[in-house]
Amino acid sequence: MDILTQQLFNGLTIGSVYSLVALGLTLVYGILHIPNFAHGALYMLGAYVTLTMMLLWGIHYWIAMAVSVLVVGLLGVLMDRLVFHPLRHAPPIHDKIAAIGMLLFLEAFAQLIWGADYRTMETPYGQVIDIFGMTATTQRVLINIGAIAVMILLYLFLKKTYTGSTIIAMAQNREGAQLVGINTNRVAMLTFMISGGLAAIAASLSAPINLVFPGMGHLVILKAFVIIILGGMGSVPGAILGGYILGFTESLGATYISNDYKDIIAFLLLVVILSIKPKGLFSREGF
Amino acid sequence: MLIETKQLTKKFGGLVAVNEVDFTIEKGKINAIIGPNGAGKSTFFNLLSGSHLPTSGQVIYKGKDVTKLSPNKMAELGVARTFQTTHLFEESTVLDNVIVGHRLRTKSNLWDAVLRTPRFKREERKCREKAMEVLDFVELTHVMDQQAGSITQEEKKRVAFALALATDPEVVFLDEPTAGINPGETEGLAELMEKMVQRNITVCLIEHKMKMIMKLADKIMVLNYGEKIAEGTSDEIMNNPAVIEAYLGGDASA
Amino acid sequence: MVSLLKNKGWVIGFIIAAILFPFVLSNDYFLHVLTLAFIWMIAVYGLNLLAGYTGYLSLAHAGFFAIGAYSLGLLSVNTDINFWLALLLACLITSAIGAVVGLVALRTREHFFAIYTLCVGYIIYLVIDKWDSLTGGVRGLIGIESPSAIGPLTFETPLSQYYLVLFFLLFTVLIMYRIVHSLTGRTFIAIRNSEDLAQTIGISTMKNKLLVFVLSTFFASLAGALYASFIRFIGPDIGYITIIFDLLTYLIVGGIGTLAGPIVGTFLIVAVSQSLQFLQDYRMLIFGPLLTLLVIFYPRGIVGAYHDWRMKMAARKRNRPQKEQRYFEAETDESEKKIKEG
Repeated sequence: MDILTQQLFNGLTIGSVYSLVALGLTLVYGILHIPNFAHGALYMLGAYVTLTMMLLWGIHYWIAMAVSVLVVGLLGVLMDRLVFHPLRHAPPIHDKIAAIGMLLFLEAFAQLIWGADYRTMETPYGQVIDIFGMTATTQRVLINIGAIAVMILLYLFLKKTYTGSTIIAMAQNREGAQLVGINTNRVAMLTFMISGGLAAIAASLSAPINLVFPGMGHLVILKAFVIIILGGMGSVPGAILGGYILGFTESLGATYISNDYKDIIAFLLLVVILSIKPKGLFSREGF
Repeated sequence: MLIETKQLTKKFGGLVAVNEVDFTIEKGKINAIIGPNGAGKSTFFNLLSGSHLPTSGQVIYKGKDVTKLSPNKMAELGVARTFQTTHLFEESTVLDNVIVGHRLRTKSNLWDAVLRTPRFKREERKCREKAMEVLDFVELTHVMDQQAGSITQEEKKRVAFALALATDPEVVFLDEPTAGINPGETEGLAELMEKMVQRNITVCLIEHKMKMIMKLADKIMVLNYGEKIAEGTSDEIMNNPAVIEAYLGGDASA
Repeated sequence: MVSLLKNKGWVIGFIIAAILFPFVLSNDYFLHVLTLAFIWMIAVYGLNLLAGYTGYLSLAHAGFFAIGAYSLGLLSVNTDINFWLALLLACLITSAIGAVVGLVALRTREHFFAIYTLCVGYIIYLVIDKWDSLTGGVRGLIGIESPSAIGPLTFETPLSQYYLVLFFLLFTVLIMYRIVHSLTGRTFIAIRNSEDLAQTIGISTMKNKLLVFVLSTFFASLAGALYASFIRFIGPDIGYITIIFDLLTYLIVGGIGTLAGPIVGTFLIVAVSQSLQFLQDYRMLIFGPLLTLLVIFYPRGIVGAYHDWRMKMAARKRNRPQKEQRYFEAETDESEKKIKEG
């Protein structure tokens, strides 16, 4: 029983990170119908920027994270303007290849600047605490609280503000949004900004319990793709739910099935889903 | 009668796009389907050519139930179609674009291609000849060797016709064949349709250009909100109160 | 479909250059690099048939490359069967797995297909990495035999292996040429153009897509098996996603959907990488943006750009006055109005 609650808590933590990454991915997909393969690189850079801020200038963890959100968000905007915007009328195979090109570049860039070594991120929240008979580090608790807080803020932004509602409107109907006077270019940039910011938050929150290295985004991004297919591409609640489902499945799978193969679970899940429903779980077929 | 639909219905979610339509396509004639935007014309077309499965109802082709056949099986039976937008391979020549149209009447497979068997050579020649023949029919021989991307919009429409004709069809469905081209060119395409009928190919088209349809079509069906509201010759259609109602909708300036 | 290779001069030139190369520059290191490049070219051709000619971007092909390599490696290390039989079996095993994957994967389209195959590729990598008892896990497979002699022909020296791989490359190019310039190839291109249109001209899209998928896995596995016998040591990293990104870079730079593209792109990048040795791990600093820029400005790569330039020249020669025609969409409304008024 103890192991079970511990694993459920772990699942919650992993799920929080997955959800944040998947949210950024799903927002961009919803607006521009681009599967942004370079999203994992944004995640990786988010961790590095935070780490550098902390090590180089001794900036506090939370402020470093804020800087990272800004830097990676702007990088996302840059990506939109320089690459995806010019390719908006190209065949679908093109933006995927362009995204892969950026992914390769950003990884090589990280390796050039920071080296290929695995690094650890020390935060002020390393102490172990005891909640409901479970032991966990403060950092793990912070990941959960932080992620949930960000999700609530994002939800409020999308639902309660005018700017947020333009994103929703454009995801539902691009031409329609343009007709009612929404500046679709600006919305696209904003979406990339948010998407990059979410990746930076996810990476900065989880880096202290994981390691920081140039390839750290690979697995996370792949799983984020699985999640948004699971939850419906472009769906915000779907990304959150899917993230937690995958988080729990993995942590339980690692304990009760096999730790070696826990990473396969996500991909098998996806292969099974797409085998049965080629257009994803919640495809809006017909209309 | 070549094709007949019985109570053909298509629903998307709660929306009825085509509602219990009975329609017949007369052999050797020009049949037209008209109606206001969103009347369900394209959906009806997709049901006829096998691109969509109907929710209920039947499609009968030459006395045989073909409701559930896929588009490629329909093509083999002699039902060809064009699309509103032309999908040509722009980097390749017009002739190359059309050659593949006769593919369905050939049998050569991968091994024939790799080993260059006599059958392969025979069928390559056959497809090429067929392509030349249909390009001649649509009067495009002069642009045959040009890149498909470099020809005019009207010529592209003709290439799309040629591609459909290369399948050796008995009936050709044309989805708004003259959309986006000027009146003079529209005339030319209308003549081409008449020429097809003379060659004993049945034509069925969706069209917006009423004047052209009234002159051209032997038989017209009018769809509105997914339902058939009239069927008959152009005179009958022009004087049908339901049609006038649907098109004018009480607002003369529409 | 007119391509560089239709111009026989280029083909003969390439073959002669490739055959003569060892006599001009008899250097084992260069031979090694070129042999390896030829192996990649074979894999890129497989990818090109699927992604370039049929429009399905598969990101699982590093996985199939690895399956081919491991099949040969395992047959070689664990059994006594003849090398050539093992090579054939390796290709058949991979093609069979490819057929099963394709059967399901090809029901998805566009983004879903890319993501699906990316996941399949990752599963293959993870299975190779974790299935210690079969594959040796991270330790890899050591002691794979090199190609056995056929009569008097032996393949022990770098030179003989160079010619052997060259033979397989030429064999691949010949088959690709014949497929692309045939009704079968035209069928694939029609599917890339528009699957809906292809269906309405009587093409069974699923059957043809599956054929392409299996063919392309066949060539990926042929390349993988040759790699295993040439390097004689393999590890799980040959199935990692970075390999598929490399293959994709070669293809995009050379020209996706062109016959000469795989050779041109692979050769160029391998050559540049060699002269930029100091870059090694950082070569993607250059190739990453190159990939992105090419897709934006020259989506059909070097060969495609050359081809377009030639077509432009030909058009200029024909001196056909460019018709400047405007099409009047408004006409539709007008004629309808007339009906209503009349």
